Amino acid sequence: MSSFSLAASRRGYSYFVLLKKRCPSFKPLLRNLHFNGKFRKDPILNLTRFLCSKSLNPKIPKEPTWEPVSEDQLPPPTQIPPELVDKLERLALVDFRTKQGLECLEKAIRFADQLHVVDTTGIEPMDSVLEDRALFLREDTATDGGCAEELLQLANKTVEEYFVAPPGNIPLPKKEERSSMLKHSEL
Amino acid sequence: MAASRVAANELFLNIKLMPKRYPKALFLFRQISTSRPHCDKQPEPRTKSAPQQLVGVVGLEIHAQINSNTKLFSGSPVRFSAPPNSLVSFFDASLPGTFPVLNRRCVEAAVMTGLALNCTINKRSYFDRKHYFYADLPAGYQITQQRRPIAVDGVLTYSYFGGRKRSQMIRKSVQIKQIQLEQDSGKSLHDDARGQTLIDLNRAGVGLMELVMEPDMKSGEEAAAAVRELQLILQALGTCQGNMSEGQLRVDANVSVHRPGEPLGTRTEVKNINSIRYLSRAIDYEIQRQIDAVQSGRTVQNETRAYDSKSGFMPEPNLPPLIVYEDNASLPTGIDPSQAVVVQKIKDRLPELPGVKRDRLVQTYGILPEHSFTLVNEDGLMEYFETLMKTTQREPRKVIGWVTNELLGHLKQRDMSVSQSPISPAHLAELLKLQETGRISSSAAKQVFQEMWRSGGKTASQIVQEQELGLVHDVAQVHSICQKVVDSHPDEVYAVRNGNKKVLNKLIGLVQKETKGRADPVLVKEILLQMTQ
Repeated sequence: MSSFSLAASRRGYSYFVLLKKRCPSFKPLLRNLHFNGKFRKDPILNLTRFLCSKSLNPKIPKEPTWEPVSEDQLPPPTQIPPELVDKLERLALVDFRTKQGLECLEKAIRFADQLHVVDTTGIEPMDSVLEDRALFLREDTATDGGCAEELLQLANKTVEEYFVAPPGNIPLPKKEERSSMLKHSEL
Repeated sequence: MAASRVAANELFLNIKLMPKRYPKALFLFRQISTSRPHCDKQPEPRTKSAPQQLVGVVGLEIHAQINSNTKLFSGSPVRFSAPPNSLVSFFDASLPGTFPVLNRRCVEAAVMTGLALNCTINKRSYFDRKHYFYADLPAGYQITQQRRPIAVDGVLTYSYFGGRKRSQMIRKSVQIKQIQLEQDSGKSLHDDARGQTLIDLNRAGVGLMELVMEPDMKSGEEAAAAVRELQLILQALGTCQGNMSEGQLRVDANVSVHRPGEPLGTRTEVKNINSIRYLSRAIDYEIQRQIDAVQSGRTVQNETRAYDSKSGFMPEPNLPPLIVYEDNASLPTGIDPSQAVVVQKIKDRLPELPGVKRDRLVQTYGILPEHSFTLVNEDGLMEYFETLMKTTQREPRKVIGWVTNELLGHLKQRDMSVSQSPISPAHLAELLKLQETGRISSSAAKQVFQEMWRSGGKTASQIVQEQELGLVHDVAQVHSICQKVVDSHPDEVYAVRNGNKKVLNKLIGLVQKETKGRADPVLVKEILLQMTQ
């Protein structure tokens, strides 16, 4: 594998040199690659990246084909009340109670709101790209199991062939307790 | 209700949502008054004079473990007890890169159950993921069929003995909202001493059928009868072994109270039920608790998880829709037969359901529906009865009493099952023959039965001989005894001669006392009548 990549690197480099002379638009791309510390080490990747660039691949349009969606087409911006923040934090087990966190969330929602511009009347939502495939049905014969040792080795803590977990769910502190705990938060 | 008082303690330990304000004292059980039994189809009439009674509303969520060799989405074996984590595949442990592969047997089981319960089978059903965090759910989600399950809109008809004397058989029905396929979770053992939970994933991924019932039931008795009927149906189909104590059939009851016509009250869930008897008691207890709370002005609090509402669902992206076909004609061309589940084929394979069995018994043997209900309800009793009928010449109506009263009574008293009965059908047949041929009287027969039970193995003839219980037919002997009685009771004889027939019974009784009940009653009566002319 290593000998192949070395040969390719030598060949690749010579190709780059050739193309640099032929295609001026290639220059900025190459400049990027040149300053990329990994230039020597990922020649195949660089080659692929190069071949996928706008100028070479006909499937990539020359000019952007999308237009920004104007604000008036979108539904009103979603407010995120503190109870909702609460609920989301519980479900996702992620703290994002800072101003920055909420702004980020609002921006993300706004970005997704652009989907409302698309007319979807009479169209069933798609669950999976596999929806046209036939669901494979398996015979009811035992083919798995019996690998307790292997599985237990993956766990950090085990006790006599059982996995060990912390007791039940550690409940999040109640709302009142939480507000006193997070007095420092900007909310 | 002594038994229920004793069980009150057990209830306190088991009901999950026991409010802390009720101390651990013994509670007296009161029978919940349900609405009139025959008005299951008629609406409640509104009485304008007095405020209506609070009635209970019970909805059941039943999880039945599918009787299959392997799990729902993996090829791990399904067994009740095995070394911990020995029946777990990489998919069951949710290691990355593993995918669910659906077990055909589970689909067929769900379709069969749906057909037996008169459901509409959805030809196209979808799988979803229900997300929640718990240590025994390694993936963090359970694959289920919330949106579009495999079967919907069914009905379960059941009966129970109700009325004032519990002798009237009441038929009811409950609507089944849906039947869906879903995964079971693992088992967690809590070690509070060391503050840790031990997880065994043997059960994780086993196929379950969740049956969601509408809240059509009003009491624990009705719920218990419905679950019993469902158990019998599932066992007859072979789709679930229905053993509640082994966790193969799990029932959660949603209980609330309201006045008929008014909106439903807050409901609470009763979980961790491991027998039908306990189900009935737990539900009745909860109804009574709620009635007391509402009547004294308090509110019923729903203490389930605060965020367990319908959040956390998303479609399962790794499974395309499940398609089942109506009949062979609707199969697409070139499809592998092992890949097609055909509803018509399953319908043709349906075995005899309990309801049909009961009707057949009534037809074949001419017994009452109440009797056939009891026969089918008790495990093995129907087989016992049918074996008995093969060897005896007596009429079924005469035999049924022995089976449902004597035999069953003795079994129930000692909490035994039919298979443990010390009296086999052959022995009982012999006893019945002795009674029929006049060798022993009815009362003697009961005595012999008791003795047969106690001795466990002695035949009826042996016992009759040993205890000299055989009827005396010797006319001369009976004659002399009757003469003795008549001679010693002239007043009674005088009364009979003057038309008082009731005194004759007293004389017969005296004769029987003399003969220790061994005299043929017909003969005695004949002789006495003769003598008193």
